[in-house]
Amino acid sequence: MIVSNLEVVPGKRITKHYGLVQGSSVRAKHVGRDFMAGLKNIFGGELKGYTELLQESREEAYERMLKMAKATGANAVLNVRFSTSSVAAGAAELFAYGTAVTLE
Amino acid sequence: MYDLIIFLVLLLLGYGFGRYAESRHYKSIRHREIKLNQIPAVASRVPPPGRPDLQSQLVTGSVVVSVDYFKRFLASLRNIFGGRISSYESLLDRARREAILRMKQQAKELNAELVFNIKMETASIHKGQGNTIGSVEVLAYGTALIPS
Repeated sequence: MIVSNLEVVPGKRITKHYGLVQGSSVRAKHVGRDFMAGLKNIFGGELKGYTELLQESREEAYERMLKMAKATGANAVLNVRFSTSSVAAGAAELFAYGTAVTLE
Repeated sequence: MYDLIIFLVLLLLGYGFGRYAESRHYKSIRHREIKLNQIPAVASRVPPPGRPDLQSQLVTGSVVVSVDYFKRFLASLRNIFGGRISSYESLLDRARREAILRMKQQAKELNAELVFNIKMETASIHKGQGNTIGSVEVLAYGTALIPS
């Protein structure tokens, strides 16, 4: 499976096009992490817990996108984009989308 | 009275630790930027021509970073008078550079020689009091070109 944020893959031709595939994941932080984040809001600095959490949920969104692409029979996902939005206080949605295609 | 004391203590703690954390972070960013200088990261959308032997792969880097109490206080003052909020500018600058560095680090582990078509995403994750920014997440992603 080739995944890329380009519209074309150098040296390869797109033979079939399946349209948009997407995956999303909404996660909330647990109380311990929220408490630590509260402290960090006073001292400043990186919130490692949140970085990890968002990384994990982004990977999950990514996996879901790949699953959907595999289900359609594609062998590559091109023009991949990520987006993050905070849905409610303490929860964030991670979203990944791209175009599923078959490369020769 | 107690409220005022707590406020001042938080302000001082924020000032002290925040400054220390920021200068340490900037030092580490500069150090790693020099180390990863060999992998250029460009925003151009087309790969360099004449190299069909290169493999491409998606690389990402992300970071969540928080502003300190003192800087948030400065920013809320700025909200009254207007003007540049330099305390948030440095926060976002740190976050972007860190995200790009992490992306480059991932590219380096893949032995990539170039990262291109870089896109950046910024999201405010944790709102502070009165909807001021508490912490921001920056994600940088691009396509790494790996000689095969």
